[in-house]
Amino acid sequence: MDYEFHWNVVFQNMPQLLNGAFVTLHVSVLAMLLGVVIAILLAIAKMNNTKFFSQVATVWVEIARNTPALFQIYMAYFGLGAFGIHLSPYLAVLSALVFINAGYLTETFRGGFQSIPSTQYSASKSLGMTSIQSYRYIILPQMLRRIYHPMTNQFVWSILMSSLGILVGMSELSGTTQRLQSLSFRTLEFFIVAAVMYFIITKLVLFGSSLLARRLFKGEI
Amino acid sequence: MISVQNVHKSFGDLEVLKGVSLDVKKGEVVSVIGGSGSGKSTLLYCINAIEPINKGKILVDDVDVHAKGTNKDKLRQKLGMVFQQWNSFPHMTVLENAALAPRIVKKMSKEEAIEIAKKELEHVGLGDKFDVYPTKMSGGQQQRLAIARALAMKPDYMLLDEVTSALDPELVGEVLDTLRLLAEEGMTMICVTHEMGFARDVSDRVAYFHQGVIAEIGEARQVITDPQNPLTQKFLSKVR
Repeated sequence: MDYEFHWNVVFQNMPQLLNGAFVTLHVSVLAMLLGVVIAILLAIAKMNNTKFFSQVATVWVEIARNTPALFQIYMAYFGLGAFGIHLSPYLAVLSALVFINAGYLTETFRGGFQSIPSTQYSASKSLGMTSIQSYRYIILPQMLRRIYHPMTNQFVWSILMSSLGILVGMSELSGTTQRLQSLSFRTLEFFIVAAVMYFIITKLVLFGSSLLARRLFKGEI
Repeated sequence: MISVQNVHKSFGDLEVLKGVSLDVKKGEVVSVIGGSGSGKSTLLYCINAIEPINKGKILVDDVDVHAKGTNKDKLRQKLGMVFQQWNSFPHMTVLENAALAPRIVKKMSKEEAIEIAKKELEHVGLGDKFDVYPTKMSGGQQQRLAIARALAMKPDYMLLDEVTSALDPELVGEVLDTLRLLAEEGMTMICVTHEMGFARDVSDRVAYFHQGVIAEIGEARQVITDPQNPLTQKFLSKVR
Protein backbone atom coordinates (compact mmCIF):
# COMPACT_ATOMS: atom_id res chain seq x y z
CA MET A 1 0.00 0.00 0.00
CA ASP A 2 1.62 3.20 -1.09
CA TYR A 3 -1.53 5.27 -1.45
CA GLU A 4 -1.10 8.68 0.11
CA PHE A 5 -4.20 10.24 1.67
CA HIS A 6 -4.80 13.93 1.06
CA TRP A 7 -7.64 15.16 3.21
CA ASN A 8 -7.15 18.88 2.81
CA VAL A 9 -9.08 19.21 -0.41
CA VAL A 10 -12.00 17.37 1.20
CA PHE A 11 -12.14 19.74 4.14
CA GLN A 12 -11.90 22.76 1.85
CA ASN A 13 -15.02 21.50 0.08
CA MET A 14 -16.90 20.67 3.28
CA PRO A 15 -19.54 23.39 2.81
CA GLN A 16 -20.51 21.83 -0.53
CA LEU A 17 -20.61 18.35 0.95
CA LEU A 18 -22.78 19.53 3.83
CA ASN A 19 -25.04 21.21 1.35
CA GLY A 20 -25.32 17.90 -0.53
CA ALA A 21 -26.08 16.10 2.72
CA PHE A 22 -28.83 18.58 3.43
CA VAL A 23 -30.39 17.94 0.01
CA THR A 24 -30.23 14.18 0.73
CA LEU A 25 -32.02 14.61 4.04
CA HIS A 26 -34.48 17.02 2.47
CA VAL A 27 -35.52 14.74 -0.39
CA SER A 28 -35.83 11.65 1.82
CA VAL A 29 -37.90 13.37 4.52
CA LEU A 30 -40.25 14.70 1.88
CA ALA A 31 -40.38 11.32 0.11
CA MET A 32 -41.20 9.66 3.42
CA LEU A 33 -43.97 12.10 4.39
CA LEU A 34 -45.66 11.94 0.98
CA GLY A 35 -45.11 8.17 0.84
CA VAL A 36 -46.86 7.67 4.18
CA VAL A 37 -49.88 9.71 3.14
CA ILE A 38 -50.25 7.89 -0.18
CA ALA A 39 -49.62 4.50 1.48
CA ILE A 40 -52.47 5.09 3.95
CA LEU A 41 -54.79 5.81 1.02
CA LEU A 42 -53.52 2.79 -0.94
CA ALA A 43 -53.88 0.49 2.10
CA ILE A 44 -57.48 1.63 2.54
CA ALA A 45 -58.04 1.18 -1.20
CA LYS A 46 -56.53 -2.29 -1.10
CA MET A 47 -58.84 -3.39 1.68
CA ASN A 48 -61.79 -1.74 -0.05
CA ASN A 49 -64.43 -3.93 -1.60
CA THR A 50 -64.64 -1.78 -4.72
CA LYS A 51 -62.60 -3.72 -7.27
CA PHE A 52 -61.34 -0.66 -9.13
CA PHE A 53 -59.67 0.88 -6.09
CA SER A 54 -58.12 -2.32 -4.83
CA GLN A 55 -56.76 -3.11 -8.32
CA VAL A 56 -55.16 0.30 -8.73
CA ALA A 57 -53.51 -0.17 -5.35
CA THR A 58 -52.37 -3.69 -6.18
CA VAL A 59 -50.78 -2.63 -9.48
CA TRP A 60 -48.97 0.24 -7.73
CA VAL A 61 -47.65 -2.00 -4.96
CA GLU A 62 -46.54 -4.77 -7.32
CA ILE A 63 -44.61 -2.45 -9.63
CA ALA A 64 -43.01 -0.54 -6.76
CA ARG A 65 -41.90 -3.66 -4.94
CA ASN A 66 -40.75 -5.76 -7.87
CA THR A 67 -38.74 -3.38 -10.04
CA PRO A 68 -35.37 -1.77 -9.26
CA ALA A 69 -35.26 1.73 -7.77
CA LEU A 70 -32.91 2.68 -10.58
CA PHE A 71 -35.65 1.83 -13.08
CA GLN A 72 -38.16 4.05 -11.24
CA ILE A 73 -35.76 6.99 -11.27
CA TYR A 74 -34.97 6.55 -14.97
CA MET A 75 -38.67 6.34 -15.72
CA ALA A 76 -39.32 9.58 -13.86
CA TYR A 77 -36.40 11.39 -15.48
CA PHE A 78 -35.93 9.97 -18.99
CA GLY A 79 -39.23 8.13 -19.37
CA LEU A 80 -41.45 11.10 -18.65
CA GLY A 81 -38.97 13.26 -20.58
CA ALA A 82 -39.80 11.26 -23.68
CA PHE A 83 -43.39 12.41 -23.30
CA GLY A 84 -42.32 16.02 -22.97
CA ILE A 85 -42.67 16.09 -19.17
CA HIS A 86 -39.27 17.32 -18.05
CA LEU A 87 -38.75 16.94 -14.31
CA SER A 88 -35.72 18.41 -12.60
CA PRO A 89 -33.32 15.78 -11.19
CA TYR A 90 -34.63 16.63 -7.72
CA LEU A 91 -38.27 16.12 -8.70
CA ALA A 92 -37.51 12.94 -10.62
CA VAL A 93 -35.76 11.36 -7.64
CA LEU A 94 -38.42 12.63 -5.24
CA SER A 95 -41.29 11.19 -7.25
CA ALA A 96 -39.51 7.86 -7.72
CA LEU A 97 -38.83 7.58 -3.98
CA VAL A 98 -42.39 8.55 -3.12
CA PHE A 99 -43.61 5.90 -5.55
CA ILE A 100 -41.47 3.18 -3.94
CA ASN A 101 -42.05 4.27 -0.34
CA ALA A 102 -45.81 4.29 -0.91
CA GLY A 103 -45.64 0.82 -2.45
CA TYR A 104 -43.71 -0.74 0.40
CA LEU A 105 -45.51 1.09 3.20
CA THR A 106 -48.92 0.09 1.82
CA GLU A 107 -48.12 -3.52 2.65
CA THR A 108 -46.70 -2.50 6.04
CA PHE A 109 -49.87 -0.60 6.90
CA ARG A 110 -52.16 -3.33 5.64
CA GLY A 111 -50.27 -5.96 7.64
CA GLY A 112 -50.28 -3.77 10.74
CA PHE A 113 -53.97 -3.16 10.42
CA GLN A 114 -54.78 -6.84 9.98
CA SER A 115 -52.57 -7.82 12.91
CA ILE A 116 -54.89 -6.11 15.40
CA PRO A 117 -57.35 -8.79 16.54
CA SER A 118 -60.95 -8.05 15.65
CA THR A 119 -61.82 -8.74 19.29
CA GLN A 120 -60.23 -5.38 20.18
CA TYR A 121 -62.88 -3.80 17.98
CA SER A 122 -65.71 -5.84 19.55
CA ALA A 123 -64.45 -4.93 23.03
CA SER A 124 -64.45 -1.21 22.26
CA LYS A 125 -67.87 -1.44 20.60
CA SER A 126 -69.22 -3.28 23.65
CA LEU A 127 -68.25 -0.26 25.77
CA GLY A 128 -70.53 1.92 23.66
CA MET A 129 -67.81 3.48 21.47
CA THR A 130 -68.71 4.50 17.93
CA SER A 131 -66.70 3.03 15.04
CA ILE A 132 -64.70 6.23 14.69
CA GLN A 133 -63.87 6.25 18.41
CA SER A 134 -62.83 2.59 18.24
CA TYR A 135 -60.36 3.34 15.45
CA ARG A 136 -59.15 6.59 16.95
CA TYR A 137 -58.49 5.28 20.47
CA ILE A 138 -58.04 1.52 20.15
CA ILE A 139 -57.12 0.25 16.67
CA LEU A 140 -54.87 2.97 15.19
CA PRO A 141 -52.67 3.57 18.26
CA GLN A 142 -51.91 -0.13 18.46
CA MET A 143 -51.29 -0.35 14.74
CA LEU A 144 -48.90 2.61 14.85
CA ARG A 145 -46.82 0.83 17.49
CA ARG A 146 -46.50 -2.28 15.37
CA ILE A 147 -45.53 -0.54 12.15
CA TYR A 148 -43.25 2.04 13.73
CA HIS A 149 -40.00 0.11 13.29
CA PRO A 150 -40.73 -1.08 9.74
CA MET A 151 -41.51 2.55 8.98
CA THR A 152 -38.16 3.79 10.29
CA ASN A 153 -36.43 1.08 8.26
CA GLN A 154 -38.15 2.37 5.17
CA PHE A 155 -36.98 5.87 6.04
CA VAL A 156 -33.35 4.76 6.30
CA TRP A 157 -33.72 2.84 3.07
CA SER A 158 -34.98 5.91 1.26
CA ILE A 159 -32.09 8.03 2.57
CA LEU A 160 -29.63 5.52 1.14
CA MET A 161 -31.56 5.08 -2.12
CA SER A 162 -31.55 8.81 -2.76
CA SER A 163 -27.87 8.32 -3.62
CA LEU A 164 -29.08 7.02 -6.98
CA GLY A 165 -29.72 10.69 -7.70
CA ILE A 166 -26.10 10.63 -8.88
CA LEU A 167 -27.31 8.97 -12.09
CA VAL A 168 -29.56 11.83 -13.16
CA GLY A 169 -27.18 14.58 -12.08
CA MET A 170 -28.84 15.51 -8.82
CA SER A 171 -26.71 17.53 -6.39
CA GLU A 172 -27.38 15.50 -3.30
CA LEU A 173 -24.59 14.01 -1.22
CA SER A 174 -23.49 11.38 -3.75
CA GLY A 175 -23.84 13.67 -6.75
CA THR A 176 -21.84 16.38 -5.01
CA THR A 177 -19.18 13.87 -3.97
CA GLN A 178 -18.93 12.55 -7.51
CA ARG A 179 -18.46 16.03 -8.94
CA LEU A 180 -15.86 17.07 -6.36
CA GLN A 181 -13.78 13.90 -6.69
CA SER A 182 -13.65 14.20 -10.46
CA LEU A 183 -12.30 17.72 -10.10
CA SER A 184 -9.68 16.79 -7.50
CA PHE A 185 -8.97 13.11 -8.24
CA ARG A 186 -9.15 12.40 -4.49
CA THR A 187 -11.75 9.69 -5.10
CA LEU A 188 -11.18 7.57 -2.05
CA GLU A 189 -11.08 10.48 0.39
CA PHE A 190 -14.29 12.03 -0.87
CA PHE A 191 -16.22 8.79 -0.88
CA ILE A 192 -14.99 7.82 2.60
CA VAL A 193 -16.20 11.14 3.96
CA ALA A 194 -19.51 10.79 2.12
CA ALA A 195 -19.98 7.30 3.56
CA VAL A 196 -19.35 8.62 7.07
CA MET A 197 -21.88 11.36 6.46
CA TYR A 198 -24.51 8.86 5.28
CA PHE A 199 -23.79 6.82 8.39
CA ILE A 200 -24.24 9.85 10.64
CA ILE A 201 -27.45 10.91 8.90
CA THR A 202 -29.07 7.50 9.25
CA LYS A 203 -27.91 7.11 12.86
CA LEU A 204 -29.35 10.52 13.69
CA VAL A 205 -32.65 9.59 12.06
CA LEU A 206 -32.79 6.29 13.97
CA PHE A 207 -31.90 8.00 17.23
CA GLY A 208 -34.53 10.70 16.70
CA SER A 209 -37.20 8.13 15.88
CA SER A 210 -36.47 6.02 18.93
CA LEU A 211 -36.66 9.14 21.12
CA LEU A 212 -40.00 9.93 19.54
CA ALA A 213 -41.14 6.34 20.05
CA ARG A 214 -40.28 6.50 23.72
CA ARG A 215 -42.39 9.61 24.12
CA LEU A 216 -45.28 8.23 22.09
CA PHE A 217 -45.38 4.70 23.43
CA LYS A 218 -44.08 5.09 27.00
CA GLY A 219 -41.64 2.22 27.22
CA GLU A 220 -43.82 -0.22 25.41
CA ILE A 221 -41.47 -1.09 22.54
CA MET B 1 -85.62 -6.49 31.47
CA ILE B 2 -83.96 -8.39 28.66
CA SER B 3 -86.45 -10.28 26.55
CA VAL B 4 -85.24 -12.69 23.88
CA GLN B 5 -88.11 -13.78 21.67
CA ASN B 6 -87.82 -16.73 19.27
CA VAL B 7 -84.40 -15.67 17.96
CA HIS B 8 -82.85 -17.41 14.98
CA LYS B 9 -79.29 -16.80 13.93
CA SER B 10 -77.22 -18.37 11.15
CA PHE B 11 -73.61 -18.12 10.07
CA GLY B 12 -73.87 -18.95 6.39
CA ASP B 13 -75.61 -22.32 6.14
CA LEU B 14 -75.07 -23.11 9.79
CA GLU B 15 -78.02 -22.24 11.98
CA VAL B 16 -76.59 -21.59 15.44
CA LEU B 17 -79.69 -20.34 17.24
CA LYS B 18 -82.91 -22.13 16.31
CA GLY B 19 -85.64 -20.22 18.08
CA VAL B 20 -84.38 -19.14 21.50
CA SER B 21 -86.65 -17.36 23.98
CA LEU B 22 -85.49 -16.13 27.38
CA ASP B 23 -86.63 -13.39 29.75
CA VAL B 24 -84.21 -12.01 32.31
CA LYS B 25 -85.67 -9.70 34.94
CA LYS B 26 -83.87 -6.84 36.70
CA GLY B 27 -81.70 -8.19 39.49
CA GLU B 28 -81.73 -11.73 38.20
CA VAL B 29 -78.65 -13.86 37.52
CA VAL B 30 -79.08 -16.43 34.77
CA SER B 31 -76.35 -18.90 33.89
CA VAL B 32 -76.25 -20.48 30.47
CA ILE B 33 -74.55 -23.87 30.23
CA GLY B 34 -74.09 -26.31 27.37
CA GLY B 35 -71.53 -27.92 25.07
CA SER B 36 -69.30 -25.89 22.79
CA GLY B 37 -71.02 -24.89 19.58
CA SER B 38 -74.44 -24.99 21.19
CA GLY B 39 -74.96 -21.25 20.59
CA LYS B 40 -74.50 -19.92 24.12
CA SER B 41 -71.96 -17.24 23.30
CA THR B 42 -73.70 -16.29 20.08
CA LEU B 43 -76.77 -15.41 22.11
CA LEU B 44 -74.76 -12.85 24.12
CA TYR B 45 -73.32 -11.34 20.93
CA CYS B 46 -76.84 -11.02 19.56
CA ILE B 47 -78.15 -9.35 22.73
CA ASN B 48 -75.30 -6.84 22.49
CA ALA B 49 -75.97 -6.31 18.76
CA ILE B 50 -72.41 -7.24 17.86
CA GLU B 51 -73.99 -9.96 15.71
CA PRO B 52 -77.19 -9.34 13.72
CA ILE B 53 -80.04 -11.85 13.99
CA ASN B 54 -82.03 -13.49 11.21
CA LYS B 55 -85.42 -13.85 12.85
CA GLY B 56 -87.19 -13.01 16.11
CA LYS B 57 -86.72 -10.08 18.43
CA ILE B 58 -84.59 -8.98 21.35
CA LEU B 59 -85.86 -6.26 23.69
CA VAL B 60 -83.70 -4.50 26.26
CA ASP B 61 -85.87 -2.31 28.51
CA ASP B 62 -88.52 -2.46 25.76
CA VAL B 63 -86.12 -1.18 23.09
CA ASP B 64 -85.89 -3.43 20.04
CA VAL B 65 -82.13 -4.06 19.77
CA HIS B 66 -82.08 -5.03 16.12
CA ALA B 67 -84.67 -2.56 14.81
CA LYS B 68 -83.41 -0.22 12.11
CA GLY B 69 -83.64 3.05 14.02
CA THR B 70 -82.02 1.78 17.24
CA ASN B 71 -78.85 3.56 18.30
CA LYS B 72 -76.77 0.49 19.07
CA ASP B 73 -73.81 2.43 20.48
CA LYS B 74 -76.13 4.05 22.99
CA LEU B 75 -77.83 0.79 23.83
CA ARG B 76 -74.49 -0.94 24.51
CA GLN B 77 -73.81 1.55 27.32
CA LYS B 78 -76.46 -0.32 29.29
CA LEU B 79 -74.99 -3.70 28.50
CA GLY B 80 -71.60 -4.39 30.02
CA MET B 81 -69.83 -7.22 28.29
CA VAL B 82 -66.86 -9.32 29.38
CA PHE B 83 -65.19 -11.69 26.94
CA GLN B 84 -63.51 -15.04 27.27
CA GLN B 85 -60.19 -13.57 26.14
CA TRP B 86 -60.55 -10.46 28.39
CA ASN B 87 -59.48 -8.14 25.50
CA SER B 88 -57.77 -5.51 27.61
CA PHE B 89 -56.36 -2.61 25.62
CA PRO B 90 -52.61 -3.31 25.71
CA HIS B 91 -51.46 0.22 24.86
CA MET B 92 -53.10 1.78 27.92
CA THR B 93 -52.52 1.50 31.64
CA VAL B 94 -55.07 -0.26 33.81
CA LEU B 95 -56.53 3.07 34.89
CA GLU B 96 -56.72 4.35 31.31
CA ASN B 97 -58.43 1.12 30.25
CA ALA B 98 -61.19 1.70 32.77
CA ALA B 99 -61.47 5.48 32.38
CA LEU B 100 -61.51 5.68 28.58
CA ALA B 101 -65.14 4.82 27.84
CA PRO B 102 -66.64 7.00 30.63
CA ARG B 103 -64.49 9.83 29.33
CA ILE B 104 -65.18 9.59 25.59
CA VAL B 105 -68.54 7.82 25.45
CA LYS B 106 -70.26 9.39 28.43
CA LYS B 107 -68.30 12.66 27.97
CA MET B 108 -67.39 12.90 31.63
CA SER B 109 -64.67 15.27 32.75
CA LYS B 110 -61.24 13.71 33.11
CA GLU B 111 -61.39 13.91 36.90
CA GLU B 112 -64.83 12.32 37.05
CA ALA B 113 -63.85 9.49 34.70
CA ILE B 114 -60.70 8.76 36.69
CA GLU B 115 -62.58 8.81 39.96
CA ILE B 116 -65.17 6.34 38.72
CA ALA B 117 -62.49 4.12 37.16
CA LYS B 118 -60.49 4.05 40.39
CA LYS B 119 -63.60 3.13 42.34
CA GLU B 120 -64.45 0.21 40.06
CA LEU B 121 -60.85 -1.02 39.99
CA GLU B 122 -60.77 -1.03 43.79
CA HIS B 123 -64.12 -2.81 43.66
CA VAL B 124 -62.53 -5.76 41.81
CA GLY B 125 -59.36 -5.67 43.90
CA LEU B 126 -57.03 -3.89 41.49
CA GLY B 127 -56.55 -0.80 43.62
CA ASP B 128 -52.77 -1.20 43.54
CA LYS B 129 -52.47 -1.62 39.75
CA PHE B 130 -53.58 1.74 38.34
CA ASP B 131 -50.38 2.54 36.45
CA VAL B 132 -49.51 -1.00 35.37
CA TYR B 133 -49.89 -2.09 31.74
CA PRO B 134 -52.35 -4.98 31.43
CA THR B 135 -49.88 -7.21 29.57
CA LYS B 136 -47.81 -7.27 32.76
CA MET B 137 -50.69 -8.81 34.72
CA SER B 138 -52.00 -12.34 35.07
CA GLY B 139 -55.04 -13.52 33.13
CA GLY B 140 -57.16 -13.38 36.26
CA GLN B 141 -56.16 -9.78 36.91
CA GLN B 142 -56.79 -8.85 33.28
CA GLN B 143 -60.20 -10.44 33.46
CA ARG B 144 -61.03 -8.47 36.61
CA LEU B 145 -59.85 -5.36 34.78
CA ALA B 146 -62.29 -6.21 31.98
CA ILE B 147 -65.06 -6.48 34.55
CA ALA B 148 -64.13 -3.13 36.14
CA ARG B 149 -63.88 -1.53 32.70
CA ALA B 150 -67.43 -2.65 31.91
CA LEU B 151 -68.71 -1.59 35.36
CA ALA B 152 -67.24 1.91 34.97
CA MET B 153 -69.92 2.53 32.34
CA LYS B 154 -72.56 1.91 35.04
CA PRO B 155 -74.35 -0.74 32.97
CA ASP B 156 -77.76 -2.06 33.95
CA TYR B 157 -76.86 -5.55 32.73
CA MET B 158 -73.70 -7.59 32.51
CA LEU B 159 -73.16 -10.17 29.78
CA LEU B 160 -70.36 -12.58 30.66
CA ASP B 161 -69.00 -14.84 27.96
CA GLU B 162 -67.14 -17.80 29.51
CA VAL B 163 -65.04 -15.38 31.49
CA THR B 164 -63.04 -18.09 33.28
CA SER B 165 -62.55 -20.54 30.39
CA ALA B 166 -59.22 -19.13 29.23
CA LEU B 167 -57.75 -18.83 32.72
CA ASP B 168 -55.27 -21.06 34.50
CA PRO B 169 -57.15 -23.13 37.09
CA GLU B 170 -55.63 -21.33 40.08
CA LEU B 171 -56.86 -17.98 38.74
CA VAL B 172 -60.48 -18.98 38.25
CA GLY B 173 -61.41 -18.44 41.90
CA GLU B 174 -60.53 -14.74 42.06
CA VAL B 175 -62.69 -13.96 39.02
CA LEU B 176 -65.62 -16.01 40.28
CA ASP B 177 -65.39 -14.22 43.65
CA THR B 178 -65.68 -10.91 41.84
CA LEU B 179 -68.80 -12.11 40.01
CA ARG B 180 -70.26 -13.40 43.27
CA LEU B 181 -69.79 -9.95 44.75
CA LEU B 182 -71.63 -8.38 41.81
CA ALA B 183 -74.48 -10.85 42.17
CA GLU B 184 -74.82 -10.01 45.87
CA GLU B 185 -74.99 -6.33 44.97
CA GLY B 186 -77.97 -7.08 42.76
CA MET B 187 -76.40 -6.77 39.31
CA THR B 188 -78.46 -8.35 36.54
CA MET B 189 -76.27 -10.88 34.76
CA ILE B 190 -76.33 -13.43 32.01
CA CYS B 191 -73.34 -15.72 32.46
CA VAL B 192 -72.31 -18.21 29.84
CA THR B 193 -70.22 -20.57 31.91
CA HIS B 194 -68.63 -23.97 32.32
CA GLU B 195 -68.39 -23.56 36.09
CA MET B 196 -71.24 -25.75 37.33
CA GLY B 197 -70.62 -24.91 41.00
CA PHE B 198 -70.81 -21.22 40.21
CA ALA B 199 -73.99 -21.70 38.16
CA ARG B 200 -75.59 -23.65 40.99
CA ASP B 201 -74.62 -21.35 43.87
CA VAL B 202 -74.71 -17.87 42.40
CA SER B 203 -77.39 -17.82 39.74
CA ASP B 204 -81.13 -17.72 40.21
CA ARG B 205 -81.86 -19.74 37.11
CA VAL B 206 -79.85 -21.99 34.79
CA ALA B 207 -80.57 -22.57 31.12
CA TYR B 208 -79.13 -25.61 29.33
CA PHE B 209 -78.39 -25.03 25.65
CA HIS B 210 -78.38 -27.93 23.24
CA GLN B 211 -77.89 -27.54 19.48
CA GLY B 212 -79.24 -24.02 19.30
CA VAL B 213 -82.26 -24.33 21.56
CA ILE B 214 -82.84 -24.13 25.29
CA ALA B 215 -83.40 -27.74 26.24
CA GLU B 216 -84.07 -27.06 29.88
CA ILE B 217 -84.44 -24.00 32.07
CA GLY B 218 -85.31 -23.73 35.73
CA GLU B 219 -84.28 -22.85 39.24
CA ALA B 220 -80.48 -23.09 39.41
CA ARG B 221 -80.01 -25.73 42.09
CA GLN B 222 -82.73 -27.91 40.62
CA VAL B 223 -81.33 -27.88 37.05
CA ILE B 224 -77.79 -28.63 38.18
CA THR B 225 -78.53 -31.22 40.86
CA ASP B 226 -81.75 -32.74 39.58
CA PRO B 227 -82.08 -32.15 35.82
CA GLN B 228 -85.31 -33.37 34.22
CA ASN B 229 -84.31 -33.50 30.56
CA PRO B 230 -82.23 -36.60 29.61
CA LEU B 231 -80.00 -34.33 27.46
CA THR B 232 -79.18 -32.18 30.48
CA GLN B 233 -78.55 -35.26 32.56
CA LYS B 234 -76.15 -36.62 29.95
CA PHE B 235 -74.29 -33.27 29.66
CA LEU B 236 -73.95 -32.82 33.41
CA SER B 237 -72.75 -36.38 33.95
CA LYS B 238 -69.94 -35.65 31.46
CA VAL B 239 -68.74 -32.34 32.91
CA ARG B 240 -68.73 -33.44 36.52
